[in-house]
Amino acid sequence: MRPDLDLIAELITDLVPPGSRVLDLGCGAGDLLETLARRGCRGTGVEIDAEAFLATVRRGVAVLSLDLDTDLDAFAADSYDVVVLSQTLQTTRRPRTVLEQMARIAPRAVMSVPNFAYWRHRTELVVSGRMPVSVELPYPWYQTPNIHLSTLPDTQALVAEVGLDVEQRLLLDERHQPLRGRLAPNLRAARAVYVLRRRD
Amino acid sequence: MVVCHALTGDAHAAGHHGEPARRGWWDNIIGPGRPLDTDRFFVVCANLLGGCQGTTGPSSTDPATGRPYGLDFPLLSVSDLVATHRRLVHHLGIDRLHAVVGGSLGGMQALSWALEAPQEVETVVVVAASSRLSAQNIAFSAVAREAIMRDPNFADGTYLQTGRSPDTGLAVARMMAHITYLSEAAMTAKFGRRFQGSDTPRFGFGVDFQVESYLRHQGESFLSRFDALSYLYLSRALDYYDPFAEPDAAHQLDRMVAAGTRALVLSFDTDWRFDTRHSVRIARRLEHAGVPVTFREVASDFGHDSFLLPVPEYHAIVAAFLGAPALAPAGRPARGTR
Repeated sequence: MRPDLDLIAELITDLVPPGSRVLDLGCGAGDLLETLARRGCRGTGVEIDAEAFLATVRRGVAVLSLDLDTDLDAFAADSYDVVVLSQTLQTTRRPRTVLEQMARIAPRAVMSVPNFAYWRHRTELVVSGRMPVSVELPYPWYQTPNIHLSTLPDTQALVAEVGLDVEQRLLLDERHQPLRGRLAPNLRAARAVYVLRRRD
Repeated sequence: MVVCHALTGDAHAAGHHGEPARRGWWDNIIGPGRPLDTDRFFVVCANLLGGCQGTTGPSSTDPATGRPYGLDFPLLSVSDLVATHRRLVHHLGIDRLHAVVGGSLGGMQALSWALEAPQEVETVVVVAASSRLSAQNIAFSAVAREAIMRDPNFADGTYLQTGRSPDTGLAVARMMAHITYLSEAAMTAKFGRRFQGSDTPRFGFGVDFQVESYLRHQGESFLSRFDALSYLYLSRALDYYDPFAEPDAAHQLDRMVAAGTRALVLSFDTDWRFDTRHSVRIARRLEHAGVPVTFREVASDFGHDSFLLPVPEYHAIVAAFLGAPALAPAGRPARGTR
């Protein structure tokens, strides 16, 4: 399983009791949901890729091929306890709508996002004058699925706008390890994992 | 497993009865190692109530009069079709089915079975179906029925006594329905604008284009295996089908959640008879109720008929779903426990 998914599985296990419902938007092959199912959670995935979808079905995990930008009405308000969006917000056409839908579907969300203000991206842009290509953002600009990149303060501003509070924020380096120290997070973090809670 | 057949299908779903060339209508999906794997599962398929291949229908003899029921046969609902087959399964001594599987009207029966008796159904596979026909769907059915009922030989449904059957009406109904089963792309690929038996047009009102010849053949060959009254009754059952609008629907869905019944809902991107919105609606109703539901629109060139064809992705998904372990524990989600 991807290292950030391990971390998310831990977070969710700590966050909600067994038997909770978890919706994973962009669930890939269903690794996270299968792990959580073993810990007593009931999971549903959303995945559009044909092979990843099939792999999730094979695991016995319920999965729907829906478009995150337009089809999240398929889920009822408050029908889940946690909704997960990992490394996906930046690939959606309408990130704000996606976040609003997440806030509607569950009182809590766990979301991981790449940080465009990471120092390597800044350096590459300033020094070479070209769009950054990195471990985090491995595609050239013309074929990247990452069409809505943001920095940590950008992400947090949008999250606040749609009525979500940041309950926890984990800052990670390129190797998915937690950052040490609190200095200059927006410069040093390659990505962040947020635990979000709907504002009452 | 129970396989539910569609409007004009029958109990001969797979294998052959001595003639290897005449295999069942779903032979490509049922069999050893196939998605409905007969090495693992015992598969049952029976004729529909209201049909004309075995189970009682409007052309059966009414014991009260000694004559065929005709239009005195009661209108049927999809629930009636399911109730009959549930009785059969009980008679066979089966309490619980691994799956109820069907496409089109078969998918509707599968859905209704899961709603009405979820304790009998572990999984349900609903392919290219609808939980509520659109005005356009009903319009096509209406024209098909008009063709039958306006045929003078129909004689208010008493044609079995006169010996003159409404062949023209039934053939026209079948020709038109058949158009709705194919995609435009599939028709273009199969026929284009080619002429029948000639490179040049004959300029007249006879059968000139290949597509005309094909449709005429579909209409004619249908007459030998189908009955006009069954067509009326079964197509009408589709029109009225709307299970999520039943007063009992919310309760049924709760029972489905409690029973742990899991659903697979599939559509095909070129199906315009029951397009993907019909399947999304089913998936959405189930998901909103908390039923574990898996849904995908599968790419296929063949329109509504895709559900009968060995489309690789479609078969792979059905095989994966029916072979998968039941991961999710049964029961209502833990709401309000945070």
